[in-house]
Amino acid sequence: MTTRYFGQRIKRNEDPVLLSGRALFTDDVHLPDMLHVAFVRSDHAHGRIVSIDVEAAREREGVVAVYTAADLGDYWQPGPLLVPPPPIEGIVFNARTQVPLAKDKVRHVGEPIAMVVAESRYIAEDAVEDIFVEIEPLPAVVDMEKALEPDAPLIHEDLDSNLAAHVVQTKGDYEKAKAEADVVIRRRFYYNHGIAAAMENRGMVAHWDAKTQHLTMWDTTQAPIAIRNGLAAMLGLSTSQVRVIAPFIGGGFGPKIMMFYPEEVLIPWAAMKLNRPVKWIEDRRENFFATTHERDQIHWAEIALTKEGRILGVKDTFLHDTGAYDPYGLTVPINSQCTLLGCYDVPNYYSEFKAVFTNKTLVTPYRGAGRQHGVFVMERLLDIAARELGLDRNEIRRRNFIPPDKFPYNNEIIYQDFVPLVYDSGNYEPALNKALELIGYEQFVKEEQPRLRAEGKHVGIGVVAYVEGTGIGPYEGARVQIESNGMVNVATGIGTQGQGHFTSFAQVVADQLGVDVRKIRMVTGDTAEFHWGTGTFASRGAVVAGNAIHAAAAAVRQKILKLASQELEVAEEDLELGDGKVWVRGVPDTAIDLGTLAVKANPLRGAVKPGTEPGLEATAYFGPERGATANGVHAMIVEVDPETATVQIKRYVTVHDCGRVINPLILDGQIHGGIAQGIGNAFYERIIYDDNGQLLTASFMDYLIPTAMEVPPIEIDHVETPSPLNPLGTKGAGEAGAIPTGALFAQAIEDALAEYNLEIREIPLSPNRLFELIQEAKAKKGGA
Amino acid sequence: MKPAPFKYHAPTTVDEVVGLLAEHGYDAKILAGGQSLIPTMNFRLAQPAVLIDINAVSELAYIKSNGDGGLRVGALARHAEAEHSRLVAEVAPLVHATMPLIAHPQIRNRGTLCGSLAHADPASELPAVLVALQGRVRASRQGGSRWIAAEEFFQGIFTTALEPDELLAEAAFPPLPSRSGWAIQEVARRHGDFALAGAVAVVQVDEGGTCTAARLVFFGVGEGPVLARQAGAALVGAEPTEQRIADAAALAANNDVPTPHEDIHASSAYRRHLVEVLGRRALSQAFARATAEER
Repeated sequence: MTTRYFGQRIKRNEDPVLLSGRALFTDDVHLPDMLHVAFVRSDHAHGRIVSIDVEAAREREGVVAVYTAADLGDYWQPGPLLVPPPPIEGIVFNARTQVPLAKDKVRHVGEPIAMVVAESRYIAEDAVEDIFVEIEPLPAVVDMEKALEPDAPLIHEDLDSNLAAHVVQTKGDYEKAKAEADVVIRRRFYYNHGIAAAMENRGMVAHWDAKTQHLTMWDTTQAPIAIRNGLAAMLGLSTSQVRVIAPFIGGGFGPKIMMFYPEEVLIPWAAMKLNRPVKWIEDRRENFFATTHERDQIHWAEIALTKEGRILGVKDTFLHDTGAYDPYGLTVPINSQCTLLGCYDVPNYYSEFKAVFTNKTLVTPYRGAGRQHGVFVMERLLDIAARELGLDRNEIRRRNFIPPDKFPYNNEIIYQDFVPLVYDSGNYEPALNKALELIGYEQFVKEEQPRLRAEGKHVGIGVVAYVEGTGIGPYEGARVQIESNGMVNVATGIGTQGQGHFTSFAQVVADQLGVDVRKIRMVTGDTAEFHWGTGTFASRGAVVAGNAIHAAAAAVRQKILKLASQELEVAEEDLELGDGKVWVRGVPDTAIDLGTLAVKANPLRGAVKPGTEPGLEATAYFGPERGATANGVHAMIVEVDPETATVQIKRYVTVHDCGRVINPLILDGQIHGGIAQGIGNAFYERIIYDDNGQLLTASFMDYLIPTAMEVPPIEIDHVETPSPLNPLGTKGAGEAGAIPTGALFAQAIEDALAEYNLEIREIPLSPNRLFELIQEAKAKKGGA
Repeated sequence: MKPAPFKYHAPTTVDEVVGLLAEHGYDAKILAGGQSLIPTMNFRLAQPAVLIDINAVSELAYIKSNGDGGLRVGALARHAEAEHSRLVAEVAPLVHATMPLIAHPQIRNRGTLCGSLAHADPASELPAVLVALQGRVRASRQGGSRWIAAEEFFQGIFTTALEPDELLAEAAFPPLPSRSGWAIQEVARRHGDFALAGAVAVVQVDEGGTCTAARLVFFGVGEGPVLARQAGAALVGAEPTEQRIADAAALAANNDVPTPHEDIHASSAYRRHLVEVLGRRALSQAFARATAEER
């Protein structure tokens, strides 16, 4: 009689409203007398502001105000350090955070200098052209390696160098392991991860109601509660005077968890000062330099192995570009450092990195958040090692997978959640086997590939494995309430950016309460509805918020059972829930619908027993002791045209393990999106700065994201290894698709072009770069 | 990304259009599909004082066959119409085959063939096709119009022989003679992107299989369409063997095409390499078509 929703491939509750264009996005907020903002942004990567002339702009008809740093008074403050450095011994971390409007110096192209508020965005942009900023240019710090040279220009002049951080983490004794190794491989790797390029750019609308002394802000943030708390503090208001709403958002992917962006500080301030609603919608051009990037790392990595291919140890030293400021702390490089270890039993590890300030846009996490950099290094090292040792690439991985009986597996080093990196559970070989079977590995390498090669075709296969640390703390919360009409209201503090929360969370509640999933109304990201929480990041929504919702729903279930047992005069154990009703098992006539029960739980007259709470409602929180580790294997077949150096993906297979799956349809969507971004990262997208720190890829003409034409059909299968760290047994899946794609491209292309003996040590690739690599290989072959 | 202020006119006849052009000249821009103009205005790279929107000039919305068996395309003919037109497929198969290479369906729904020609982006396909087919365009101004041959029309990066008071009213693609073949080949970063390099070949053979004419035109590698005269000449008068085709493509890459430019997507060396590869592939395909037609 009862339908189980958890684990079902059901269609998304939110899609009708989204697909018919009726959902509220920030730019859909139109208020009477609303003003519009445009920013004057720095054209220089590095320079001293000599003067700013805003007079002509102020005089332009339709301009209401023009502000520079000088106009902000005491409100001008560097932003908060969002993520402090983790507790690692000997860590060096220099916090330098972004400012609302540049005051004395500009430190990257696109840094805001002045803010124009006008009757329309058109007028605001016209006025931007009226403003003259005189900047005395300083030499730009662009190259990470040069940034640390002693004579490099200083981006933050109160520091001795451009060093943002220096971190060493170790496990065991790498040098000792190296001394015992049969083979040691050392290489330099370069990995450049791009920008999120969400479909919706950032934006915010602020409305100050002077009569009620209340501020409302619609914001494309992934963390509305943290924004609300911060805004109240900055503006001298109580948190009860500030409501932040993160409505539907066209993609977050990480950069929208960054806070506070300068615009987030300025728009509500202007709305209060001018006593009129103020809107700012980031345009695509601004997005390229005003929204955070992820970008590049250079690794010098070493792996020590026995001749059987057993890993004895890994040593990695890398540079990480953090951009002009580092408010997001060390999340990205710590993720690289930790995720490099992957699915493998690595007994000895030495990892050292330096984060470097450069005159570029800030670096904060973007889907994968440094994980792909680490995975690329490790997977490449294993491929090179396999080649050197004459081992099959899958065999070397099998020999080093952490065996299922070794979980929980302690990697000893500190992860982004500040506790040692301990994998909760995992079973890696079945995922590999399944992927090999799905793509027909044996048949491909033994029959198909030789046949196609004989026909002159250059086809290759790649298979790589990875882990993804997900679902970290600290906590999330939720409130579940049954209304008198039987509808269920669920509110959680995290925001939603397309992940399907309205459905997957509803499924969790539906199972607990025995109600139809369509009867559940989810509210996410509105501080007036739920005001405790941290945000949507680190693949944690389904794990942390999901389990909080589960706990709240379970508590409501208990209330239902308790009240119904009184009403029906039977023991709780004899009750059954389903179809929005509760009844005595075996006696369907006794059924009371939950709406009626909710009314009984909220009496208007009479006395209730002491300690009784009204309504069928509960609030609960969930905070995991540490993150849950998901994993997966991706496999791909490509065909390369060596003459034009173009690459075509023939097949793409993913086997993924994120513990128990709430909704496989939604999970598939998450994986698809991640892979699309991974393909972009591997072969199409690249952030390019010139030597003066000018961003050369500041439009979709030059920054190429893959379209439907470049993303192949994706075949997905799952392994389910539940996490023991939460009641639902879930692990995160938000970033999985995007993580191993670079490593996969490198391996598959090498295989397709086996005759050239390429060794690909960098991502992204492009036809041009592949052409160069082929030419180099030809020259080497010719010379040898 | 909002454009600077401009004056907007929406005339309904060609007479009105050329009248407005006569009045505003350099200050005016013609808006047809707007697929290049609007983005450049939104970036404020172009700030025309006057916009003359010709979308209501219905007399310019046609694709029709010419008296000579070729094709005439009015200034308001959209790429999508050419893509789905049986007439274009029959009379100008090369033009027809080019359409799917131009951007994406949404863009082709708005973009016009004549707009592509007038914009003269060096990486766009249609200028090279027009040169390869020895087509021409008709420029209208107040009081008359003139025909301009493709080779004279394209003068450099975004530069044509059009005067500020002239409207590119239509383009004419002549028919292919018998025993001729054509091909277009390009490499773009993504499907629908401007080509890193591309080649258009139009060739003719006689009854014995000897090449009588060969026009090989490149795009994306110069300041406009680049006609490879030496490569073409090397092929005429001989049988187009695989070796001769390869030699001609090499000649094109080494002699006909000036050193290609370098940008963030492709080095000069890669572009030159593509000239040779795509030139060879386009010629092979074109000769294969010409020979097939002969049978």
